[in-house]
Amino acid sequence: MAKKESNFTSMLTTLSIVALMAAGLLGSVYALTKEPIRLAELRKKNEAIEAVVPEFNNTPSEDFKKLGIDGDSVTLYSVKVDGKEIATAVETFTNNGFSGEFKLMVGFDTTGAIIDVAVVSHAETPGLGDKMEQAKSDFHVQFMGKHPDEFRLRVAKDRGDVDAITASTISSRAYCEAVQRAYDAYMESKKN
Amino acid sequence: MNQWKNFSKGLLRENAVFVMFLGLCPTLGVTTSAVNGLGMGLATTFVLLMSNFVVSLIKNQIPDKVRIPAFIVIIATFVTVVEMVMKAYLPALFDALGLFIPLIVVNCLVLGRAEAFASKNNIISSIVDGLGLGIGFALALTSLGAVREILGSGAIFGLSFIRGDGMLLFILPPGAFIALGYLIVIANKLKEKTA
Repeated sequence: MAKKESNFTSMLTTLSIVALMAAGLLGSVYALTKEPIRLAELRKKNEAIEAVVPEFNNTPSEDFKKLGIDGDSVTLYSVKVDGKEIATAVETFTNNGFSGEFKLMVGFDTTGAIIDVAVVSHAETPGLGDKMEQAKSDFHVQFMGKHPDEFRLRVAKDRGDVDAITASTISSRAYCEAVQRAYDAYMESKKN
Repeated sequence: MNQWKNFSKGLLRENAVFVMFLGLCPTLGVTTSAVNGLGMGLATTFVLLMSNFVVSLIKNQIPDKVRIPAFIVIIATFVTVVEMVMKAYLPALFDALGLFIPLIVVNCLVLGRAEAFASKNNIISSIVDGLGLGIGFALALTSLGAVREILGSGAIFGLSFIRGDGMLLFILPPGAFIALGYLIVIANKLKEKTA
């Protein structure tokens, strides 16, 4: 077959047809993957909530409120047993990680003490900053059961009470900042 | 054309990373572990295969003056397909590769093969070419990722074999350049032998 000539009509129609077909393909793949993507994100959220609070029997991922803080928002999930609130899971963030933003889930009991902290998503350096993940080191253990009113959420270098991850002071600082933000949001929500 | 020769050239003789130095941005950026390198390599292989196939299928319908925009639309479409499928079924890998998945669109390797090979050859040769270069790219990324993971975190495919830390330099960006340099030396030595 001979090569098509480049004139105005041929260029216009070819590009339009290519774009239309691309749009059609993308539309159908989007429709196919929309539900799995939503489920995958929900599963990740639920796993993070389950990791930081005791057992519950409501659906926290449907029982939440958003709170604007520091130019962004954090989400507070209410964790209940038989309708009585036993804890709150707070999805918090920081923009000061070694690779920018990362997200944590922090569980607070009704007195405001930290139950546990889990990482929701991050892009920190493998082998260094990613030790903040529960599976990779015990960094999160030192937060368990501590109350932010008497436990200074800063690394030891900044005269706080947190032992930073070796060679990952920036990630550790950002982690503390995110936990502090979660606590602030939690206290804010208790006031109202 | 001998299809085996066409396929195997991508593995070593014309390897995208070690010989042609194409697509170095994702090569250096994502290879902090062998799994990330393999995931990125396979995603790129899929895009390269599909774009080579489609470009050679419609090469005679595309007027010369608008061929580059048409190729880019085709490539971007397949990259977006990869992105959505990965988000749906491999969310952990997607989190690790992040921004580098959409950036496959601007990987010189993909457009380069569409322009230099698929738009001049028949469908079968183009598919084989895409597959060969893609697998060569995946091999290069996986080996670079494996070297950096072994030296940097003392693990391979996530399985740790030492206690404590490795040489952290290799996980950080300078380690990517150093490890890539040595791998290029080895690849060139191998190439000399087979030639």
